[in-house]
Amino acid sequence: MSDPLIRVQSVSVTLGGNPVLSDINLTLTPGRITTLIGPNGAGKSTLARLVLGLVTPDQGSVSRRRGLRVGYMPQHIKIDDSLPLTVDRFLWLAATGPTAARRQALQRAGVAHLRRRAVQQLSGGEMQRVLLARALLRKPDLLVLDEPAQGVDVAGQNALYGLLTQVRDELGCAILLISHDLHLVMAATDEVICLQRHVCCSGTPESVSRDPAYHELFGPRAGTPNLALYTHDHDHDHDLHGNAHHHDSPHAAPHPPGACDHD
Amino acid sequence: MIELLLPPLLAGLAVALVSGPMGGFVVWRRMAFFGDTLAHGALLGAALGLAAGINLYLAVVAVSLALAAVLTGLLHQRQLASDTLLGIVAHTTLALGVIAISLQQGIQVDLFAYLFGDLLAVGWQDAAALWVGAVLILVLLVWQWRSLLSITVSEELAQVEGVAVARTRLLLMLLLALLIAGAIRTVGVLLITSLLVIPAASARRLTHTPAQMALVASLLGSTAVVCGLAVSWYADTPVGPSIVVAASGLFVLTLLRRTR
Repeated sequence: MSDPLIRVQSVSVTLGGNPVLSDINLTLTPGRITTLIGPNGAGKSTLARLVLGLVTPDQGSVSRRRGLRVGYMPQHIKIDDSLPLTVDRFLWLAATGPTAARRQALQRAGVAHLRRRAVQQLSGGEMQRVLLARALLRKPDLLVLDEPAQGVDVAGQNALYGLLTQVRDELGCAILLISHDLHLVMAATDEVICLQRHVCCSGTPESVSRDPAYHELFGPRAGTPNLALYTHDHDHDHDLHGNAHHHDSPHAAPHPPGACDHD
Repeated sequence: MIELLLPPLLAGLAVALVSGPMGGFVVWRRMAFFGDTLAHGALLGAALGLAAGINLYLAVVAVSLALAAVLTGLLHQRQLASDTLLGIVAHTTLALGVIAISLQQGIQVDLFAYLFGDLLAVGWQDAAALWVGAVLILVLLVWQWRSLLSITVSEELAQVEGVAVARTRLLLMLLLALLIAGAIRTVGVLLITSLLVIPAASARRLTHTPAQMALVASLLGSTAVVCGLAVSWYADTPVGPSIVVAASGLFVLTLLRRTR
């Protein structure tokens, strides 16, 4: 196993006098997808921000590999209407380079058609995909995504996780995902960390879904194994818009979800 | 006549040129009140300079830069909203500045000239100094353009992507302080924010990228300076207010243009 990119050791974080995280240990290694799950207010975003270096720990330590390139997709960002900024320029801020690279990143995220649009005109879902494109454009060693599947339908989520797996294989990067829901993320995740201010349980999706601590946190609904372990078992893929693309042999040649043609 | 008007014109153009991009950041980052506060502090700087008997503009620049640095630090705390804090600092420094000026004995100080500018009194030396400052600011802006824009779009994304956010933010504040200190002579303490905000706001409707907006704001500001100076010369109106009114006139003209 290669060196860890990020090592969080016995970290506690207090925000405005309230304990948000206590005694957290977390290691992110290249090529692995880790998912943080937990109810609202469990400290998922704070832990992600800690990994990103946006929050400093009150106790414990966070060490990161030198020269770590990070791509971050926040849930949303607000850009002032007074700033004339196209999606293309917005991406340029993250990484200068040829237009082709930006076009390609947008295409992978399924939003190539938005390149010349003003960022303020985007819907929440479109902005998220543009943020994903911006994160991908940096060819990160570590990709952090805060609730990437919010506002995306089931087929779109399937495509999104397919894309993340593909990106992971291609770049060999570590991916840290935040989700408030274990459903669907299972199939695309190597490790699940169940968070409620502290780490309740962690491990493979299968082991977590059987863990009593997980059931206590999420209630009986979480126990439905069929739903929890959603696997790709149909004869077509979906792109991020939910359009179906049939192929003869399911998953023999994974169809790049973001690379489908758009008008 | 041209020998009389040329230094004021060049001085005004230097300020207008830099006010384009700086005004862009003021508008994008909603820093208008911050600019006002710095301008009020500049008056205190002028008063202290008079009291200490040192070069007036050196004192103004020093006080503005110090104030910008202190404010940048203060605004990071979360106890008070930033406009509240700025309101306290702006009016305290303005009051102190007026008191300090009124206490000067034996020196006849034209308060009006500081509040509303006295561009027509600008000589060759002042104009040259303003151009040195303007070129310095423009070079720094171009050099740091992407970082400055990055922190304007999102400080968090910028930090994650390796931009030195705190340092870039401080640079922007210091550049603004430097511009305001220089501009005190053209439009004065009370009107300088308008020269930052109005051309930028006018340019917004005409442009599609931040750089375009900065450039068009510079052009509009320069036009306002020329028009204001001409009106002031022929109609004998106060020059600072004339420039501001000219800028506002251009803004109204841009409103006539339909947005797409």
